[in-house]
Amino acid sequence: MARMKFLCDADRCIECNACVTACKNEHEVPWGINRRRVVTLNDGLPGERSVSMACMHCTDAPCAAVCPVDCFYTTDDAVVLHNKDTCIGCGYCSYACPFGAPQYPQTANFGTRGKMDKCTYCSGGPEPDMSQAEYVKYGANRLAEGKLPLCAEMCSTKALLAGDGDIIADIYRERVVTRGYGSGAWGWRTAYGETVTV
Amino acid sequence: MRYFSQFMVALAVVVFVGHAAPDAQAQVNPTERSVTEESMFEALTGDSNAVSGRVSIPDRGAGNLIKPDNKSWAALQGSTLQTLSIVAVVGMIALLTLFYLVRGRIRVDAGFSGRKILRFGTIDRFAHWTLAGTFIVLAITGLNLIIGRTVILPIIGEGAFGTLTAFGKIAHNYLAWPFMLALVLVFVLWVLENIPNKLDLEWIKQGGGLLKKGVHPPAKKFNAGQKVIFWSVILGGAGLSFTGFMLLFPAVAGTPADWQMYQTIHALVAAGLSAIIIAHIYIGSVGMEGAFDAMGSGEVDENWAKEHHALWVEEEKAKPAKESALSTPAE
Repeated sequence: MARMKFLCDADRCIECNACVTACKNEHEVPWGINRRRVVTLNDGLPGERSVSMACMHCTDAPCAAVCPVDCFYTTDDAVVLHNKDTCIGCGYCSYACPFGAPQYPQTANFGTRGKMDKCTYCSGGPEPDMSQAEYVKYGANRLAEGKLPLCAEMCSTKALLAGDGDIIADIYRERVVTRGYGSGAWGWRTAYGETVTV
Repeated sequence: MRYFSQFMVALAVVVFVGHAAPDAQAQVNPTERSVTEESMFEALTGDSNAVSGRVSIPDRGAGNLIKPDNKSWAALQGSTLQTLSIVAVVGMIALLTLFYLVRGRIRVDAGFSGRKILRFGTIDRFAHWTLAGTFIVLAITGLNLIIGRTVILPIIGEGAFGTLTAFGKIAHNYLAWPFMLALVLVFVLWVLENIPNKLDLEWIKQGGGLLKKGVHPPAKKFNAGQKVIFWSVILGGAGLSFTGFMLLFPAVAGTPADWQMYQTIHALVAAGLSAIIIAHIYIGSVGMEGAFDAMGSGEVDENWAKEHHALWVEEEKAKPAKESALSTPAE
């Protein structure tokens, strides 16, 4: 089985935010929630770079470790998903996440937190694949259709890569060797406890 | 002619510069000066431990790209707090069981007199039971958040446990408010009689008479042990109220690092206070004969009062024919 990962080649990202928009559209993401976002570092300075960031589907995910109701699970593709039926919206996963992935729709008065929402790596939730129930809660299940996440698939500069970690790391290394520089695989050390040799 | 030569010089400069520029670019590629993850991590300081930038969405907090330290709380929350909570609760129950086996139930040495003396009036008991009732629900639902996943979930399954915990969360969030109100009420009602004094030292020296039969150090309305309970509840309760408020309104509290701090304090104080309250429940019910009446009917047996609060009984008796006024805290 593949070990799915995202890799954002910051030297290619042009901050067009198409990945953000595509994600929102594909999954009908609730209001106020950004499953993916683009962060611009050193904005306006020499060496400015933009990084597209979403849930990194960590190895030994900290969100899963702190969840009081144990609603997280890791799929065979190493994608970290959660069960919204079990989720109580306590917010602990958002405390523990290094990437700011878990977010909560405002469902009632006084800013009550609803069920947590985050990137599903376009692979839905615990409901039957591609069912209506799954779509309503988690959005499209592209992995079940044999497709990769839409954000990466439609990235115009091919900055955002999705797929098996080893393969996308090889692609990235090749790019770095070819052009002679690279800013690294953002978040990988934090998410997977390993370093991409660039 | 003079203009022409000037033009030629200018042209030569333009051509020279224009020609030289690509060379310079071939040597230094400006796009190579990219910021690397490593360099940004190295630049991190203890205070703002995050790789941050600008986002074009309204949520400025989303500008924090990576905060590796957030993970450290996962280990604390997932294992340390869980262990401490279990140790606090189970440890105290074990300790009390041992105490019961050794000391047994503390009896009224002189036996019941049959004469009653009013110890806690309606307002006192209302405040106590509001505080007690909400605390028990808060403690159980809070403990469930910490250890339920390990202890209860395997027994009843994920679906049932999720539903149960969701209701628990609602109860926890809403019962926090009557708890806080009762806490204030209890503080106002009993604070004057709970100010530590010299008598407490003697009481502590004699172990409160808890360990030995027939030993009854003198005490006013509240003895040193009860004062410890009072101040634990007031200070612990205030700490729980403050941190709990921050957890209810994370936008007020600040960043994930703050939320983690408040949650950790909340859990630690809750574990400690739960242990203390378990001991309080024990001594107020099965642990001591006659003690429950103080909060049950509000009237205690005179012999019980004489043994445990001798000075208080004297004070009350000294008051001229005002038995009914005994419920209000003495001046």
